[in-house]
Amino acid sequence: MFDRLRVMLMKELLELHRDPWAMFRLVVPLLLQLFAFGYAATFTVNHVATSVLDLDHSQESRGLISHFAATGRFDFVDFATSQADVTRDIDAGRATVAIVIHAGFARDLLNGRTGPLQVAVDGTNSNTALIALGYVGRIVARYQADRTGVTVPAAAAGASGVSVTLRERPWFNGGLEDRWFFIPGLIGTLTLIQVVSLTAFAVVREREVGTLEQIMVSPIRPIEFILGKAAPFFFIGLGEVLLITMVGEWWFHIPFLGSPLVMLLGASLFLLAALGLGLLLSTLSRTQQQAFALNFFIVNPFFILSGFAFPIAAMPAAMQWFTWINPLRYFLVVTRAVFLKGVGIAVLWPDLAVMGLLGAVLFGLSILRFRKSLD
Amino acid sequence: MNVEAATVVEMRGLVRRFGAVSAVRDVNIEIARGEIFGLVGPDGAGKTTIMRMLAGVLRPDAGQIRLMGVDVVAEPERAKPHLSYMPQRFGLYEDMTVAENIFFYATLFEVPARVRRERARGLLEGAGLQAFEGRRAGRLSGGMKQKLGLVCALIHTPRVLVLDEPTTGVDPVSRREFWGILYGLREEGVTIFLSTAYMDEAERCSRLALLNAGEIRYCDTPARLKRLLPGALLAVTTRDARAAHAALEGVPGVLGRLLMGDRVNVRVDDALLRTPALGARLAERGVRDAEIAPVEPGIEDVFVTLLGGAPERGAGGAE
Repeated sequence: MFDRLRVMLMKELLELHRDPWAMFRLVVPLLLQLFAFGYAATFTVNHVATSVLDLDHSQESRGLISHFAATGRFDFVDFATSQADVTRDIDAGRATVAIVIHAGFARDLLNGRTGPLQVAVDGTNSNTALIALGYVGRIVARYQADRTGVTVPAAAAGASGVSVTLRERPWFNGGLEDRWFFIPGLIGTLTLIQVVSLTAFAVVREREVGTLEQIMVSPIRPIEFILGKAAPFFFIGLGEVLLITMVGEWWFHIPFLGSPLVMLLGASLFLLAALGLGLLLSTLSRTQQQAFALNFFIVNPFFILSGFAFPIAAMPAAMQWFTWINPLRYFLVVTRAVFLKGVGIAVLWPDLAVMGLLGAVLFGLSILRFRKSLD
Repeated sequence: MNVEAATVVEMRGLVRRFGAVSAVRDVNIEIARGEIFGLVGPDGAGKTTIMRMLAGVLRPDAGQIRLMGVDVVAEPERAKPHLSYMPQRFGLYEDMTVAENIFFYATLFEVPARVRRERARGLLEGAGLQAFEGRRAGRLSGGMKQKLGLVCALIHTPRVLVLDEPTTGVDPVSRREFWGILYGLREEGVTIFLSTAYMDEAERCSRLALLNAGEIRYCDTPARLKRLLPGALLAVTTRDARAAHAALEGVPGVLGRLLMGDRVNVRVDDALLRTPALGARLAERGVRDAEIAPVEPGIEDVFVTLLGGAPERGAGGAE
């Protein structure tokens, strides 16, 4: 038993070693995606292209505009002279936001009335639009506070009587850095994509080349084959987890407050589930094309329905049920918690336990299916 | 091995369906020790299915298979050490060397480390591959790959060797070497069960089963199968064999015609009686210089006639 397992391992490592592109394929796409996410993926909205139409030409209107300019969130791409200009800017996509100050703005303010301000937003990208509108609200509130000398929070602006003061202090990510959110999440996401496809393809390739049939006529036991096949990818997966963690730590300076051992435990259980999934896919595919299609079909929903970018709480109930069988969901909780919150097994044990259970079920299924797969 | 183990392979009432298609229906085969038993039949006749069932990787829907006294259907794992199965394309790891491939399969079949080296050397020598031990399997020629497959299949000294079209796509020289190895194995008492598309190889088997549509139609030694052919075989050699083939249609007493390249093999009910009539018909149709001579039927004639692949079906007769 031990000899056969060892020779399976030896063969896998030898094949990997002989493949001149193996190292490249394992490391380069991973790093590319890591840096792409580290630098490019952000929810923050800055430099919003803005078109301004000031029909009031007053000191007050200019004061409001300078408040917009001062934040750096808005870039003025056009100082329009008519409503038609503004419409054209938004239609053509030159501007995402248009600020229109109508004539009589200053007069209304001076008379103690509410000065109307029109803001048009291109809602094509709903997320950007929403965030930009949030900024607009804050800037206007600030402007109002500066004029009256009273601090009024945006939400309470205009309300009379009791005033509530909001002091924001986010925990775990004080600067609300998107990068701190994304990079720990990438550990699970990128490893899942790599490990599932590597495992699935490795078995299907043996089927295509005919070595699988050869192995099946030998007295090898399914568990020996599955373990021999999965073990190298387990270690590759751990290596990838380590690589992303190190780059996150030393290049992007993401704090790592928790215990590396909890991380190792979480990664091991997660990899077990990912390997089980890959092996299961391989027993369902006859050719590499099928494996490719199936892999895409399975891994993408796992990615979307994991909470990596889109909050699970906002999903419809049926989609939320699916996330319960998604190992990535639990590993995202673990990685983010270990990195940013520094909590340990006392808090994370339910997530760890579910990952272990999913891993055991997926692995068990693939072992059961393996023997029959020539029929 | 006891005396009664002379029957090494025994298949009884074997049936296998794939969905609505019956790939194998009621196949019975018995193979004695040291036989080279050949399976011939058109594509899709069920040859590979029978071999896979014997190798224990495909379950029959009905029937029994015994190999060296082990019930293959019930206990495939106990049968596997006695047997080696080489599919049409033996699975080699192309990125691994010849020696590494052998090592891999030797370990898989639990060949003790002590004997492994010596046995590998002997087999490589027999296959003429000893100079290529360090070469990657992917860089071998087609014939060499097939021989390496055989070496890997033989490394655990199986008592029964199952070969599915082992020489398809292999050049004639390598094929001859391959058969040299097989004869050597038979000397050692290895039983060989193979399928082949080559009729010259079929003639080398000790017994043959002609398989068609999942059924064994005939099963006997090549010599006795030839005797099943009704009538006699005449070779009509001429410059324009195609014209001769066409000209001989409908001549009384002609049971079958097979165009062979430079000649037409014509099966007649009585050679002496029909030869003049054939000559007359050829002359009448303007086919000149035709020589008509009796020939020994080859397995191909038997195959075509008995399995009904000939343009004119043999008039039954046998069985």
